[in-house]
Amino acid sequence: MSTEQLIFERGAPGRRAATLPTLDIPEQPLDSLIPAAYLRAEPAPLPEVSEIEVVRHYTHLSQRNFGVDQGFYPLGSCTMKYNPKINEDMASLPGFARLHPLEHESMTQGALQLLYELEQYLAEISGMRRVTLQPAAGAHGEITGLMIIKAYHESRGEGHRNIVLIPDGAHGTNPASATLAGYTTVELRSDARGGVDVAHLEEVLAAHDGKIAALMMTNPNTLGLFDENIVEIARRVHEAGGQLYYDGANSNAILGITRAGDMGFDVVHFNLHKTCSTPHGGGGPGAGPVGVAEHLVPFLPGPLPAQTEDGYAWEDAGPLSIGRVRANCGNFLVLVRAYTYIRFNGPDGMRHVSESAVLNANYVMRALQADYDLPYDRECMHEFVFSANRQKKRGATALDIAKRLLDFGIHPPTIYFPLVVPEAMMIEPTETETRETLDTFIAVMRQIAQEAAERPELLLEAPHDTVVGRLDQTLAARKPDLRWHTQPVQTLA
Amino acid sequence: MANTDVPDDLKYADTHEWVRVQGDEATIGISEYAQDELGDVVYLDLPWDDAGQRELRIGDHFGDIESVKATSELFIPISGTLLRVNDALKAAPEQVNSDPYGAGWMLVVKLSDPAELAKLMDAAAYAKFLESEGH
Repeated sequence: MSTEQLIFERGAPGRRAATLPTLDIPEQPLDSLIPAAYLRAEPAPLPEVSEIEVVRHYTHLSQRNFGVDQGFYPLGSCTMKYNPKINEDMASLPGFARLHPLEHESMTQGALQLLYELEQYLAEISGMRRVTLQPAAGAHGEITGLMIIKAYHESRGEGHRNIVLIPDGAHGTNPASATLAGYTTVELRSDARGGVDVAHLEEVLAAHDGKIAALMMTNPNTLGLFDENIVEIARRVHEAGGQLYYDGANSNAILGITRAGDMGFDVVHFNLHKTCSTPHGGGGPGAGPVGVAEHLVPFLPGPLPAQTEDGYAWEDAGPLSIGRVRANCGNFLVLVRAYTYIRFNGPDGMRHVSESAVLNANYVMRALQADYDLPYDRECMHEFVFSANRQKKRGATALDIAKRLLDFGIHPPTIYFPLVVPEAMMIEPTETETRETLDTFIAVMRQIAQEAAERPELLLEAPHDTVVGRLDQTLAARKPDLRWHTQPVQTLA
Repeated sequence: MANTDVPDDLKYADTHEWVRVQGDEATIGISEYAQDELGDVVYLDLPWDDAGQRELRIGDHFGDIESVKATSELFIPISGTLLRVNDALKAAPEQVNSDPYGAGWMLVVKLSDPAELAKLMDAAAYAKFLESEGH
């Protein structure tokens, strides 16, 4: 195994990548500019490296990364679709890339128009009235949406509503966001078809009469199943005085086919880094715009882009607004990419995206149904969940199957989620894959199922062909050592 | 084959906790099956500092268990006053995996309503429950 040195371990004292020109103004002593209390006693131990060392180091790291540009990436719930290069072209245009967020409106008309139109598109796609583009991630959108719901209840003198209902297959961020917003969460059970158990919903609504603030739901849910009872569910939650929050993580299944607003939802967040092909992973930046129905518009963060007689302008939020949730207009260049994606697809193209995503998922699911357990045997939407229960009985778990996939240059699916399926493997091919790629994946999954039955030890020792073999995730979780030490550490025990 | 060791002298809840009754005290942990499903346990959040001063009612959430796969909630299978918490699990949560019915015990409570024991499954019923759930 070859190891890559850290950038801190490279170089030599005094080596540098750039030389600054001689100062042509009088030099000021540092402590005349910054109070001494904030100055380091010793210079920071920064790497001292040449330009080529920097370039090679980060090129090596990038070669060890795995992205959708390299191979199939069916990571369920994450929608790792291909990010078209035209997005990068548009985001690189100097008029966008070099724009300062505080430039005057008169100088930023093009950017404002883009934001204004993106808001309109997202409102149309989701069936909402208006949309804030500020939130910088899906979970950021969730907390923003919940704050809007809270402000709405409080404005009606119903701030005592403190319960948020969340189905048992929800994304973990939903209960986390609700808790952060000061709510108590109550879990809703799934029924035998994998949707919300409506009878249980009724019980819970009755048990918490007058206390329901909201229901947070993903539809299709994390099993990749569309909940056909959604209109009925929405009616009952509304009758109980609650608002409906739509987690847009799975929007890739329904673009141009149905809309959260038409299902009865009041608030929606988008994951533009999933649905609208902006870069995903590596810690962002992402974008999690939040759309709301008419009655919640006054509570949106501001300012919002608006069209005026002279062009475009920022419109300040009103007195009921929850206030800004992000500086300026959010992650602007991510929004440029999403805008580009929507424009080049157009309305018909957006619908085609979802149709292809759903078709691809069903194609893979049906092809592999004989090899892996399918706990909910229904037509799926854009993703589906297998169980590796059968393989586990022979000694190879979902984790081992995931590791084995790495040997074939395929990124593993999400495993052990959703929790309602034991040994879960959540597979989302996305619409951008060719039939050949799907067929290759199917063949590999069949081979692995056969290996699990005949030679499970092959899976237990996987991956065999990667730069780094099987890591000890248990040790890493139990005794994490996350810091690089300039000196060997004497006492780690 | 999944681990389905189910000792005869214990009672079981459908949330996979076990109860060992000795006099008016009950020791509580999670079953072999539960630890096997969770996978390697890496962290436990138990009511470490509440011994002697906390009443737990049947079904109450008393802690969380985190494994390499997921974080799960722990529910008290029988009502009682909390007497002891297994402090050894703070440093060695892996004992829940290696010895779930012994060193991996979590709590001891003083029973407040021994009649509740009738609500729990005996070993035969729990083994059957695991089978019927397709475990």
